[in-house]
Amino acid sequence: MRSLALWRAAGLAVLLAVAAVIPLDDNVVLTQVGVLVLMFVGAAVAWNIFSGFTGYISLGAAVFFGTGVYTVALITKHLNLVGGVVFALYPLGGLVAAVVAVPFGLIALRVRRHTFVVVTIAVFFIFQLMASNFSWTGGVTGISPPFLNWDATTVYNPFYYTALLIAVVAAVLAWAIWGSRFGLQLRAIRDDEDRARGLGVRTMRVKLTAFVISAFILGTLGGLYFYFQSDALPQYAFNPFFDLTIALMAFIGGFGTLSGPIFGALLLEPYLGWAQQQVSNTYAAQIVLGVLFLFVIILLPRGILPTVGEKLTALRASRQRRAAERGTGPPPGLPVGATAAASPAEPTTRSAS
Amino acid sequence: MTALLRTEGVSKAFGGVQALSDCTIEVERGSIAGLIGPNGSGKTTLFNMITGYGRVDSGDVYLNDAKITSRAPDKVFALGIGRTFQLTRVFSRLTVMENMIVAAHHKEGAGQTGRFRNPFARAGGAATRKRAMELLEFTGIAKLAGDRAETLSYGQRKLLVLSYVLIADPEIILLDEPAGGVNPTLIGTIAERIRELNRQGTTFLIVEHNMEFVMGLCDQVTVLDYGNAVVSGPPDMIRNDRRVLDAYLGTAEEDDDSSAA
Repeated sequence: MRSLALWRAAGLAVLLAVAAVIPLDDNVVLTQVGVLVLMFVGAAVAWNIFSGFTGYISLGAAVFFGTGVYTVALITKHLNLVGGVVFALYPLGGLVAAVVAVPFGLIALRVRRHTFVVVTIAVFFIFQLMASNFSWTGGVTGISPPFLNWDATTVYNPFYYTALLIAVVAAVLAWAIWGSRFGLQLRAIRDDEDRARGLGVRTMRVKLTAFVISAFILGTLGGLYFYFQSDALPQYAFNPFFDLTIALMAFIGGFGTLSGPIFGALLLEPYLGWAQQQVSNTYAAQIVLGVLFLFVIILLPRGILPTVGEKLTALRASRQRRAAERGTGPPPGLPVGATAAASPAEPTTRSAS
Repeated sequence: MTALLRTEGVSKAFGGVQALSDCTIEVERGSIAGLIGPNGSGKTTLFNMITGYGRVDSGDVYLNDAKITSRAPDKVFALGIGRTFQLTRVFSRLTVMENMIVAAHHKEGAGQTGRFRNPFARAGGAATRKRAMELLEFTGIAKLAGDRAETLSYGQRKLLVLSYVLIADPEIILLDEPAGGVNPTLIGTIAERIRELNRQGTTFLIVEHNMEFVMGLCDQVTVLDYGNAVVSGPPDMIRNDRRVLDAYLGTAEEDDDSSAA
């Protein structure tokens, strides 16, 4: 188990080192793609903190993302802000999104499963309609940011590092929550909410807290997106494909695991960026996305990382068994088979050790 | 002598079905009380009403003479009523130890000073884990502590459910069919554990269809029929009570009714 932790730490270090040097190449397109990839890593991790841990599938993440976009857009527009100071506004987008999450959560979290999904979609469309119909949101023409007079070759670098920071903070937060009492309560709710209540877990409060934390991260990313994309438009700030994409990322990598959403985002977002450049018809990539979703749900319902992890553990266990049969290695009856359920992708064994 | 747990005239209807009607029971402190009755007589509904899984239509529930009617399940648990479910409900993707820690949660926070609780504190302090291991040893599943609950057999899950209810040190434990679907050896183990805990001061209220189990274990048995407590007394009395036979087998007239329907 110790060597596994070492491998994981080493892998993370390499990943971070690669991420940190990418903009130094001065390749504008690469950095631009990098910003989107990192934003989706952060978004998928944030989505997973609520939906993955509690099992409540939310398709309303774009509500928080869009709220972040419009919050920062409106502040910038009214205060005529330019320059680096705008980066200080992103957390405000997160803050407003977190405030929105409280009534949203109090209503939506009363219902479960399919009903919950439907309620989140309904709230999502309410927000999209509000954005495109109110005058103070700029209606369908949206809001444009002030011109950023930055050097063309490095213009995306600040965005890149901010997105990297948000993604890392989100991942560390997810890790901290996972092993905490709070995280354990979330996972207990996922397995059996009524039973958790009967054991003293204040389920509404716990669910709402995770919902708000998730909203804060998504709102902050929305703020970043506003300057990065240079517009706040209803169809992009409140984009239904945003929800489907981050949910798919979490599902592909490993729903409810720590590394799953990161892996899924790193895998999927570059593909989407590439596909959009290959085919002029942007819907083609989205159709492929839908098909992919079906494949994942049917063939890999638990995601790539947990499935692969399980196969590896099973392989190791059978090898140990064979070694034991030859008279070497650990004696049979050791709980190798029993621990097989705890895959390396999920640190379920951590708290048990 | 006042009862530790008491329901007074509790009624509950689901649509047109009167699951409980004017149901009054009492559980003495330090006793093992049994609750029997035919299927659909309202035993589990009564459990649900006591533990806050649903609101009563009328009547009241008292714990230590304090009214706890229709309190939320987490509040009821914190007040000292632990319960198990008929279908063994464990957190399947958590380990056995994590299952224990979830249930220990409110005990854990109690030791901390001040109002502030660190939300990111690691789950399960050393004291909690030690206590959890003791209880798992007590129920005989300590070697499974690191395994996911979904890998446990049905009988092992029953033991886990009993263990995690115990970790919160409830005053009274409501067991819904602890012996249902369990092999005879394990039934013996479970009965022995219940007796042992009872000697240490825990009160029990047990719903069970296994008559041998109930009659051998309980000091006091209450019979429910059509949502009403028809008779209550020591096992010997219950065994020979005409009303109990009626409740279980139906009277001659009722048989005629049902065959005519």
